[in-house]
Amino acid sequence: MSLKSRKMVGIGATGVFMFATILAVLILVILIFEIVSSGYKDLDWKFITSPPSVLSAEKAGIWPALMGSIWLMALTAVISIPVGIGAAIYLEELTVKNKLTRIIEVNISNLAGVPSIVYGILGLGIFVRQFHMGRSVLAGALTMSLLILPVIIVSAREALKAVPDSIRQAAYGLGATKIQTIWHHVLPAAVPGIVTGIILALSRAVGETAPIAMIGALSYIHDAPKGVMSSFTALPLQIYNWISYPQKEFHEIAGAAILVLLILLLTMNSIAITIRQRFERNRQW
Amino acid sequence: MTIVPTQPKVEEGGIRAGAPILSTRNVWIRYGDHAAIKNVSMEIQEKRITAIIGPSGCGKSTLLRSFNRMNDFIENLSTEGQVCYRGENVYKKGIDPVEVRRKIGMVFQKPNPFPKTIFKNVSWGLSINGIKDNMADRVEKALIQVALFDEVKDKLNKSGLELSGGQQQRLCIARAIALEPEIVLMDEPCSALDPIATMRIEDLLLELKKKYTIVIVTHNMQQAARVSDKCAFFYNGDLIEFGETEQVFTRPREKQTEQYVTGRIG
Ligand SMILES: Nc1ncnc2c1ncn2[C@@H]1O[C@H](COP(=O)(O)OP(=O)(O)OP(=O)(O)O)[C@@H](O)[C@H]1O
Ligand SMILES: [Mg+2]
Repeated sequence: MSLKSRKMVGIGATGVFMFATILAVLILVILIFEIVSSGYKDLDWKFITSPPSVLSAEKAGIWPALMGSIWLMALTAVISIPVGIGAAIYLEELTVKNKLTRIIEVNISNLAGVPSIVYGILGLGIFVRQFHMGRSVLAGALTMSLLILPVIIVSAREALKAVPDSIRQAAYGLGATKIQTIWHHVLPAAVPGIVTGIILALSRAVGETAPIAMIGALSYIHDAPKGVMSSFTALPLQIYNWISYPQKEFHEIAGAAILVLLILLLTMNSIAITIRQRFERNRQW
Repeated sequence: MTIVPTQPKVEEGGIRAGAPILSTRNVWIRYGDHAAIKNVSMEIQEKRITAIIGPSGCGKSTLLRSFNRMNDFIENLSTEGQVCYRGENVYKKGIDPVEVRRKIGMVFQKPNPFPKTIFKNVSWGLSINGIKDNMADRVEKALIQVALFDEVKDKLNKSGLELSGGQQQRLCIARAIALEPEIVLMDEPCSALDPIATMRIEDLLLELKKKYTIVIVTHNMQQAARVSDKCAFFYNGDLIEFGETEQVFTRPREKQTEQYVTGRIG
């Protein structure tokens, strides 16, 4: 190919990629604009702090659903983060690579692709019925943990794998044990990647409707959860519920609830970015 | 005619200098079926600099890493024979490799400071080994020993990665000697450095020799000749020749050694 035609291909390719990027951003902007414009009117402090009402969209609020989502997310984080990171460290740093670990590895990746409703069924069978947890936040959080664990494990392993071996060698060379090496050097170096994976996974958990609908979180709940055994509802479920009402006013407050959900997710993402930057400042490889 | 009584030569390192501190006996090291080190027996003397030379792939790094069991982390590597540190086989059952590495430190080819502050780079090895007192003094002493203190004394809280390559390597040496190991293993410590930085490290080695036993792998013939007391030439996993550096370079006993040190094989 001549230099000229190579240049043409370069310009053409740049154009295609730029178009793809612009398209993605444009869709996002339109989406956010839609949500904000339909939701902002109804969004006020009263809307956030009131319980839902089946009779009047005017009086209805999202307090129980919002608190339910926050409880669900926090409890899911508490369960899935230690287990996920622990599993990743075990698989990546501690165990010898053999056939068994490879089988486990492949299956964890496969689990990440299982539809969420299946986890809902599993949660209903195991946690709600078998372990008699009822339709509690705990049962919901355990189900959500199952759902997002594969994502956390896979991304944490990738992050650990990206830590250069020279750091481990340096630590071992100073007479460090494996655990000291992992705890003081490998894990901190992998934090940015791990946090990114965790936040993506938790965002998914907050946005999921199917599993919590499956385990039977109720859509009419008057109060915020008081403990892990309280029954609960969550924002996506509340939104779904309002949308299914015939009255237009309920559709409008559903828009406001979507806006709240969006703000929640964006807040989580900015926390993730902050954590990542703090840990990345010290890293150059 | 007067008879001059023959005095035992007292050397810089004191009377212990020259005593064997590390020895290998019939060591074979294999990656799978491939033997990288073949039946090597040699003795490293205390407070001397021993250089290991030989063409690329002849097994220098492999042997060096066996001295403090850094080979443990390589899968499908097997070691046969004995590596004795002060008479005790470090591969003996029940020996904790962590203890071995505490006594036999290591400096790597590519400077690899931790992505932490300069101070932390030096202090970490001490703190994980249970040394917590006089940390600032100990760090300062180690940095002075590697002639880095003056350059970094105002930025001990800056990242070790913000130093130049040569400074980073000296930091890595400081980190290793802060633990006051008996032996320091160095695998081509100057290969990533320019001639000036290399010269500084070489001066440093001669200084460190007073306190530590040093084993250095190098590709640089002049370097081996300049700094080492003893020199071992490897070829294809075999120890071809091992003797006083001066003898190896000026009167090699083996044809292969002669060809290598004069630059005809490499
Ligand atoms: N991780 C490994 N797996 C399999 N074979 C290896 C491994 N590391 C080294 N070898 C082989 O062992 C032999 C010795 O390697 P070694 O790294 O000890 O050589 P070297 O003398 O240090 O070379 P260089 O001067 O290039 O660093 C080589 O043939 C190499 O291919
Ligand atoms: Mg090497």
